[in-house]
Amino acid sequence: MSVLAYTENWDGKFKKSTYELLSYANKIAEMAGTELVALTIGDVAEDELKSLGTYGATKVMVVKDEKLNDFIAKSYSSAISQVAQNIDAKYVLFANNVSGRALAGRTTVQLDAGFAPGVMQLPTALEPFVVRKKAYSGKAFADFELNSEIKVLSLTQNSFEIIENTKDIAIEKASVQIEDKDITAKPKSVEKTTGKLLITEAETLVSGGRGLKGPENWGMIEEMAEVLGAANCCSRPVADLGWRPHEEHVGQTGKVVAPNLYFAIGISGAIQHLAGVNGSKVMVAINTDPEAPFFEAADYGIIGDAFKVVPQLIEALKKFKAGQ
Amino acid sequence: MKVLLCMSHVPDTTSKIRFTDNDTAFDKTDIQYIIGPHEELALTRLLELKEEIGDMTITVANVGLKETEPTIRKALAVGADDAIRVDAEPTDALFVAKQIAEVYKQGGYDLIVTGKETIDYNGAQVGEMIAELLDLPSITSTSNFEIKDGKALLEREIDGGKEVIEVDFPFVATSGKGFAIEPRIPAMRGIMMARKKPLNVVPAVEQANKTKTNKFYLPEAKGACKFIDAENVEELVNLLHEEAKVL
Repeated sequence: MSVLAYTENWDGKFKKSTYELLSYANKIAEMAGTELVALTIGDVAEDELKSLGTYGATKVMVVKDEKLNDFIAKSYSSAISQVAQNIDAKYVLFANNVSGRALAGRTTVQLDAGFAPGVMQLPTALEPFVVRKKAYSGKAFADFELNSEIKVLSLTQNSFEIIENTKDIAIEKASVQIEDKDITAKPKSVEKTTGKLLITEAETLVSGGRGLKGPENWGMIEEMAEVLGAANCCSRPVADLGWRPHEEHVGQTGKVVAPNLYFAIGISGAIQHLAGVNGSKVMVAINTDPEAPFFEAADYGIIGDAFKVVPQLIEALKKFKAGQ
Repeated sequence: MKVLLCMSHVPDTTSKIRFTDNDTAFDKTDIQYIIGPHEELALTRLLELKEEIGDMTITVANVGLKETEPTIRKALAVGADDAIRVDAEPTDALFVAKQIAEVYKQGGYDLIVTGKETIDYNGAQVGEMIAELLDLPSITSTSNFEIKDGKALLEREIDGGKEVIEVDFPFVATSGKGFAIEPRIPAMRGIMMARKKPLNVVPAVEQANKTKTNKFYLPEAKGACKFIDAENVEELVNLLHEEAKVL
């Protein structure tokens, strides 16, 4: 038996979330006394593949098949399930990102497995297999038990630390059978925002709310994010008003995030917003209203006008960064 | 065109969450239930499409006990044509997917739409499981949905970008952010009409659970917020660096 982690690559590159997933999967492999195998689909350079060994994988299976040129949930999940069966994987792990969510449910059905979505801690034991996940959109957690022989897990992003555990890694080609009928729903066009830090992966987020009064005032939010090496995001009303694109909405019905540091600027802190961000390690609220509910959730608060505070904060952060 | 919209019955987004029975069950006391917000937006978009193309019936399907019927009636009041309730407690994602797959097989639909996730279980997997069980194409996190000349054109969010996908019917679409903006709310006429619309109750098919929730926890209460003077933002930077160690 073995543990299989689906290590997604983006145009041949792995991301932090890949290494986070491997670090987690490696701990599961240690608990199960078995090896960790990574699986990636498409063209990835040898050095990049070898980087997976730094986080505990002893083997990486590379699937190259022109039928897998486009990301299609059916054909990709089928490839993953075939490899899982070939290596007798008892645990199959995904990152809980957009593609992980597209693949895990199908893989679960194909392998007749049980699925724990969005896990955030290691299981306390493997028998019975009980693992902590989010519930009620971040308002609660649940201990979730899987009683199937094969277990599929998806890992909440930014919930587990990256742990180096360098192993000699073997690179192996894996071949799979993809049926033509499974290549449906092909993308006609793909628009990639390369180079932009993803909200779900950023360690720091600078988030703006309706208190900023209009889209023309986002310059300082973007500037502050840039100074911090952060991504910027927003509250729901801001996205619904069309001030910012929907991809930037964080909260219960938008993206659920868990950065190290979250700045809420001009966001009152409605329960739906807090549910989506309360996984953040440290939260800072800046608001003119001392009664804003966000101050009850925040670790640090400044009661003041964002239009005065933020420019000063940007200067202070620049000074701090320069002194480092 | 026959559309099957899977709908969850969930606590209102403003609900304070509490648990009962030694934290093994959700405490339903004083909880208002709503149509899952993602499904509410999906219904809104489907109604817009129906107005565009004319020929469409929208059936809402819910797996739940009788308590979900007021929520289902609300979907009918907003504009769905009829409804099916599979009479069972939705205890496990695969269980729910199996029920919806069965409804699909019985009814012969052209399209299945689910929300991105339910806001209580947060599994985000039922749509994909249905697609797999029925061997249908699936598109997750759909941010825009058009129907042109009998073909569906969908936009979906990917990690770091967007894709436009053209797909033949039938297929499964999971609605994400942007599917619609403002959910439609029922008008008085809709509420009156909803009472007469068919709500069929069907028994569940068997599917053993492979998962269960043993215990719930609430997040630990945070310590009090430390306030920093607005004229002294350097202090915040120092605290984030030295105390919180996040800078």
